Amino acid sequence: MIESVLFYTFAALALVSAVVVIAQKSPFYSAFGLIVVLCSLSGIFAVLGSPFIAVIQLVVYAGAIMVLFLFVLMLLNVQRETDDVGGSAPLRLAAAALASAFAAQVAAVIARARIVSGPEQYEASTRKVAELLFSPAFLYVFEATSILILAALVGAIVLAKRDL
Amino acid sequence: MSGSLVQHALLLSVALFTLGALGVFMRRNVITIFMCIELMLNAVNLAFVAFSRSLGTFDGQVLVFFVMTVAAAEAAVGLAIVIALHRHRDTLDIDSFNLLKW
Repeated sequence: MIESVLFYTFAALALVSAVVVIAQKSPFYSAFGLIVVLCSLSGIFAVLGSPFIAVIQLVVYAGAIMVLFLFVLMLLNVQRETDDVGGSAPLRLAAAALASAFAAQVAAVIARARIVSGPEQYEASTRKVAELLFSPAFLYVFEATSILILAALVGAIVLAKRDL
Repeated sequence: MSGSLVQHALLLSVALFTLGALGVFMRRNVITIFMCIELMLNAVNLAFVAFSRSLGTFDGQVLVFFVMTVAAAEAAVGLAIVIALHRHRDTLDIDSFNLLKW
């Protein structure tokens, strides 16, 4: 019962904030909306029995990545744009129609599918996730991501250098 | 936990993904478009967690971990590109970047 209440509260918060993200003219308000979406999703992950993912969602996403976004926004001194919606009116309408069609199609499939609720007791604790992460199935992928992070680090420094 | 909760989590994931895609198509500020991509990535993460809950396995959790790693790398490189673009063109309007168009 308490799970349902929490879930639907966080879900409503996430939906409203997602609309704020794409509807606001100022990128700052979009960024703050996105932070609320990320925090609500963290709560939903916790309700769905994934405490580890919930915490790294808060720390990595809402913490590190969004601070990076806000940092760049303040660094570049972005102005609120007057005419900030791209494309012509018919194109925008077509985009909205196609997006609604896509959402309706996938939602219809999910609504008709028989989604099992899973085991009664489910908790993806840090230990269980780590045991799978460091098992032979994922160990090499995990090592490869460290190279990816290194490449991104070097790439970001090179790209942001003054004399490209 | 009822099965409908997992189902509703998947529906929420679809809604968030669609809103993110709509934002990518409708917005003009590069950084806002970037934030919409992050929104789509998070919607996919939610689907991974919901399916992982439904199947009772932990593979989805590990995949979310990898998605977050890639998203962090992508944010770092992408924002560096945005800074470089802003330095060269002095704007963040997506329509003014057409170097690779023909």
